[in-house]
Amino acid sequence: MVNNIELKPASEFITENMPERYIYDLSAGDHEIAISTKDLQVSYGQNLALSEGDLSFERYKITSLIGASGSGKSTFLRSLNRMNDSVATVKGNIMYRGVDINTKAIDVYEMRRHIGMVFQRPNPFAKSIYNNITFALTQRGQYTKQELDEIVETSLKQAALWDQVKDELDKSALALSGGQAQRLVIARALALKPDILLLDEPSSALDPISSAQVEDTLLKLKDQYTIIIVTHNMQQAARISDYTAFFHMGKVIEYDLTRKIFTRPKVALTNDYISGNFG
Amino acid sequence: MNAKRADKIATGVIYAISGIVALILIAMLAFILIRGVPNLSWHFLTSPARAFEAGGGIGIQLFNSFYLLILAMIISFPIALGAAIYLNEYSKKGKFTTVVRTAIEILSSLPSVVVGLFGFLIFVVQFHLGFSILSGAIALTFFNLPLLTRSIETSLAQIPNLQREAGSALGLSRWETVIHIILPAAVPSIVTGVVLSAGRVFGEAAALIYTAGQSAPALNFADWNPFNISSPLNPMRPAETLAVHIWKINSEGIMPDANAVSAGASAVLIIVVLLFNLSARKIGAQLYKKLTSA
Repeated sequence: MVNNIELKPASEFITENMPERYIYDLSAGDHEIAISTKDLQVSYGQNLALSEGDLSFERYKITSLIGASGSGKSTFLRSLNRMNDSVATVKGNIMYRGVDINTKAIDVYEMRRHIGMVFQRPNPFAKSIYNNITFALTQRGQYTKQELDEIVETSLKQAALWDQVKDELDKSALALSGGQAQRLVIARALALKPDILLLDEPSSALDPISSAQVEDTLLKLKDQYTIIIVTHNMQQAARISDYTAFFHMGKVIEYDLTRKIFTRPKVALTNDYISGNFG
Repeated sequence: MNAKRADKIATGVIYAISGIVALILIAMLAFILIRGVPNLSWHFLTSPARAFEAGGGIGIQLFNSFYLLILAMIISFPIALGAAIYLNEYSKKGKFTTVVRTAIEILSSLPSVVVGLFGFLIFVVQFHLGFSILSGAIALTFFNLPLLTRSIETSLAQIPNLQREAGSALGLSRWETVIHIILPAAVPSIVTGVVLSAGRVFGEAAALIYTAGQSAPALNFADWNPFNISSPLNPMRPAETLAVHIWKINSEGIMPDANAVSAGASAVLIIVVLLFNLSARKIGAQLYKKLTSA
């Protein structure tokens, strides 16, 4: 006989009264907040991609944004340094150091030097390794060759790439492997000495070894940078992040300490997602 | 008939068609070169044409062709580059962009003889530029602009969007990104496009007959002051080009060796155009190697 029992959603077994949403309140404790959003709404044309995205991020911590494809996590991340400006309408406030950076008066080019970004696919410029790192610097400021040399060395060391490329800095960056290229891109972002680093699935296009190298790099960077990372890989989120936000259908459903979210989520939907029932 | 058989037949037919295309080209080239090359000599390439007696050359026409080509490129390249940057990097969907695109499409489909007649009425007659290199260069610009714009636009479009995102994430403005990241990455393919279009411009006749004129006054190659009328650099002198010369000899040439001159000139024209085409890819590939590994 065929066993025709339908699986019931896990939420039905849980007797506690689970909330619909849970947002950990960072402002309550003794946390230094690096960046926060209020009433953030992002729409592509008529299509509302993010409707409820109020989050605060603690300084010098790693925060993961997780959720299924189309849940709005990437949209949220890209709004933080206004990379969505040309394609979407972004309403609401993004507070950074007491300033709302989501206004017309903000010089986005200057702002992005404080809030850097690394993308899913490595995107080094068709320039040498050295020039990839120095280019954005020399566009704006005056640096001596010695200062530039130092910055190149420091940022490559921070990105754990120095030992592999120190003898071929004038080689084309296009010749690097995927993992090396991604770390070069991280070094390039670090050279600007940003305050916050946004990463949009930085290791999903890489093989497991390169991916692990990128993770190591991020953990080392935590002392000096606030890192916000979008990831599809829940092990990755659990391994490296201090906080995790779970996005679903354009809303932040749950935001809490990573260890709490992955061991005992407060919202049933989060539980379903992290135990692999959808997404 | 089964699928495998059908596939075999289709493959055969497609091979045959491609073969025929290649064969036509080879036959044409062979015909022109076999007829023309025996007439070539250093004397033929360097001496001026003669209208009534045998033994004339194509020296002045050859020089005129190159000079016009360079002038036309100097005028059209910056305009095409600007238009291409606008279309690929800045334009948003809207009326203005549609108008620009439609204008470029129409301009590219205008017959070159119409472009020539327009240039004649506007520049030669209305602006009193006369039959001159300048009128010819402007007419060639009209002829060249849409094709060059499209080719540069395609070169820019080939640069992945990741590069633009990388630029703006580093706080570079769109302009800085375009100038320092997108353009350098696109240079090899832009150069290929420019050289290919140079080949097309070099062989153009119809747009020049009524603009650069059909006469090639004697030049004094010792005089490089562009304001002297006999100077090769003077842009206000009439200048029959190689392609126009071929057309003219065949329609009204009365020199006894008209056939030989025409065959020789055609061979030279074809050889130069071939050189442009063959070198285009090579130069592009070499530049890419140089720019990306530096």
